[in-house]
Amino acid sequence: MNIIEVNGITKKFGKFTALDDIHFSVRKGEICGFIGPNGAGKSTTIRILLGMLKATKGTAKIFGMDVWKDAVEIHKRISYVPGDVNLWPNLTGGEVIDLFLKMRGNGNIKKRDELLKKFDLDPSKKCRTYSKGNRQKVALVAAFACDADLYILDEPTSGLDPLMEKVFQECILEAKKEGKSVFLSSHILSEVEKVCDQVVIIREGKIIETGSLEDMRHLTRNKITLQTKTPVPGLKDFPGVHSFAEENSRVTFQVDTEKLDEVIRHVSQFGILKLESVPPTLEDLFMRHYKTSKATDEGGAV
Amino acid sequence: MRKHLPGTGSILKLIFRQDRFKISVWLLCLILITISVAYAYPEVYKTEEDIMGFILTMQNPAMEAMLGPVYDANNPPVAAVFAHEMLLFTVIAAAIMNILLIGRSTRTDEEDGRLELLLSLPVGRLSHITAVMLEALILNALLAILTGAGLSAVQTNGITPESSFLYGSILGSAGFLFAAITALFAQLAKTSRGATGLSFTVLIISYIIRAIGDVSSEALSLISPLGWTVRTGVFIDNKWWPVILPLAIGIIITAVVFYLNQIRDLGGGFIPEMKGKTRASALLKTPLGFVFRMQRTNIIAWAIGMFLLSAAFGAILGDLEEYYADLDILQAFLAANPDYTLTEQFVAMLFVILSIISAIPVVMVVLKLKGEENKNRTEHIYSRAVSRTGMLASYMIMAIIVSIIMQTLTAVGLWATSYSILDQTLSLGKTLNAALVFLPAIWVLIALGIFLMGLFPKATSGIWLYFAFCFIVIYLGELLKFPDWLMNLSSFTHVPQLFVEEGDILSLTILTLLAILITIIGFIGYRKRDITG
Ligand SMILES: Nc1ncnc2c1ncn2[C@@H]1O[C@H](COP(=O)(O)OP(=O)(O)O)[C@@H](O)[C@H]1O
Ligand SMILES: [Mg+2]
Repeated sequence: MNIIEVNGITKKFGKFTALDDIHFSVRKGEICGFIGPNGAGKSTTIRILLGMLKATKGTAKIFGMDVWKDAVEIHKRISYVPGDVNLWPNLTGGEVIDLFLKMRGNGNIKKRDELLKKFDLDPSKKCRTYSKGNRQKVALVAAFACDADLYILDEPTSGLDPLMEKVFQECILEAKKEGKSVFLSSHILSEVEKVCDQVVIIREGKIIETGSLEDMRHLTRNKITLQTKTPVPGLKDFPGVHSFAEENSRVTFQVDTEKLDEVIRHVSQFGILKLESVPPTLEDLFMRHYKTSKATDEGGAV
Repeated sequence: MRKHLPGTGSILKLIFRQDRFKISVWLLCLILITISVAYAYPEVYKTEEDIMGFILTMQNPAMEAMLGPVYDANNPPVAAVFAHEMLLFTVIAAAIMNILLIGRSTRTDEEDGRLELLLSLPVGRLSHITAVMLEALILNALLAILTGAGLSAVQTNGITPESSFLYGSILGSAGFLFAAITALFAQLAKTSRGATGLSFTVLIISYIIRAIGDVSSEALSLISPLGWTVRTGVFIDNKWWPVILPLAIGIIITAVVFYLNQIRDLGGGFIPEMKGKTRASALLKTPLGFVFRMQRTNIIAWAIGMFLLSAAFGAILGDLEEYYADLDILQAFLAANPDYTLTEQFVAMLFVILSIISAIPVVMVVLKLKGEENKNRTEHIYSRAVSRTGMLASYMIMAIIVSIIMQTLTAVGLWATSYSILDQTLSLGKTLNAALVFLPAIWVLIALGIFLMGLFPKATSGIWLYFAFCFIVIYLGELLKFPDWLMNLSSFTHVPQLFVEEGDILSLTILTLLAILITIIGFIGYRKRDITG
């Protein structure tokens, strides 16, 4: 069953098209990463899902209900953490969390206090004294102290230190274990990689890739560092090998995932002294995509 | 000591550079207002009878609590009357200037990390605080000398060079005392809000102690610095001890400030930061309670301000018939109507002006919702199970409540002081009605605010243009002979001035219906539009 269903959403701000006919869906019990560089349209998409912005075209549904018309109904079952958490300077963190729980309904006070401890947040301080990371913690505690079916998180960890990021990852994995769904936007690829079942990649308002990480890896290349007893002749021009570089007796190159087997068989004949293979990160995938689309753009222009 | 002070001069220059605009505006306002009022007074109080009449109106507990004790001289010069009316509040203004400026130079600089930057340069440990105290000294010396020099140039009966400089020195010395108090709290408290907040508390308590003391026992007044300032007998006895005393205490406090500054850590304080609440109160969790809490300080400050303003107008009603009757400008303004007393006409006009001033906090309350959106804080609310209609309605209801509170306070304030002064007192009921009758006109402004927020969010502050238009119509409409259609565009034109006109239920009903209609359109627009943050 699909928790989120986005069908051909277009959003224009005046003449500027922030989102251009995007489609994707998130299944129940899944953690979906929503990835794109700054200004790609992640927050705009999320605000449409929250019924704050009205799509120019297309429909979006959460729990089968229309995100615009049934916003309040939907919101009773979701938790949201914005990317830039601005809070009321004259309220304490504790007051804000209580306020949020009240507005949302069915908050869990015991969970609230546990999370405060986990995130190491002092709720008696006024929000004006909180750093960016602490403001984010306020929003995270309020979000996870509610019993939601869907968590929508817009770059929630941009101000957290690595320790807190770990706590955050525990929180979403725990939510997943309970069968909840998570929609997590980020421009930091490694952070999404660790926890996501599915990724949706957006760039300049267009979805350029969706699927599981496994699905996408075939598109990309492993990075190999190799040292052999005798040099491998003609490796540079071997099919599937790219970005070949040689330094003393060490060579580095990239290899298409589907050609990996052949390449390794070939080089093993020359006596491997050292072999390092770095799996493709989402980052590589991303760069790769940029390059290819740039190439096609340029190709198209000629 | 020496090694602690290098760099003081440069820091002092930096402070003055940073604050030069605020400093000049404050000084200019204080000095120019003082001098121009002193200059105008002989026009207002022409004869000895005028002055005696003034003293009589001032000799009652309400006025003494507000302005201080009346001179007990036989034949006070007009300058003494000026001092009686102006001195206390000018001292308070000077104190506020010092609290704000010194609070900023000390704790705010420290809080924002500018001081840390400074201390990393080759400057001494005490250079910064020395520079700040020098700033206070220079600021208040300028205030004292310029006021003194300006006043002595005014040809008002009773003004002598000595008394002029005494008058200026009272402002300067009291100002310096409050600068020192602020610097002290800047050492004790941990935040700049804490420091200025505590200093303002001292100022308010000083005022209250003096008010009670001036009415009941002089000994009590002598505890309060403000009690000293009204006991110089300036322009008559010219006593200097109320100048020396605050100065001496200010210097002692400064010594303590230096000591504390030396023993404390950067960013540290002696009063532990008060722990805030870890749980939200039941009130905060209600939509209206939330809307109120966000604007509590603002609403309360405006309520007090409106009350004091109307009370001040009430206080001058007594003089009205006697002194202003032959004032041509006022006559033209009021378009003298023989059927009503001058007081009635004046009160009627006052309520128009006071009502439009009350509209300011009311409009601010509704527009706050747009402010929240601009600060990206409505997204916390609308991403939860809260409807737009519900939230907007809460802001609207709060604005309506505030409009009723402001108008009621305006009526009560005016009535209360005029009651203790007028021979023929106003009726409380009639005064209340005359104020409350303006509510529909104020509601039209609320409605327009909602309309703009709903349909033209980027132009929301355009409501202030309409407000300015209404204000101009009220203030200058008659004088500039605006055509009727233009006058009618202001919602305030359609409100009957109950002291001089019959009640007009029909136009009030129409105004209210119009407000409701515009509000509904605004709500529909607000539900349909994009929320940007
Ligand atoms: N209210 C708005 N009006 C005009 N342009 C907007 C508005 N909100 C976002 N945009 C534009 O839409 C694009 C996508 O923004 P956003 O969704 O915030 O990106 P992301 O969250 O991926 O960094 C940006 O180019 C941004 O400038
Ligand atoms: Mg964003």
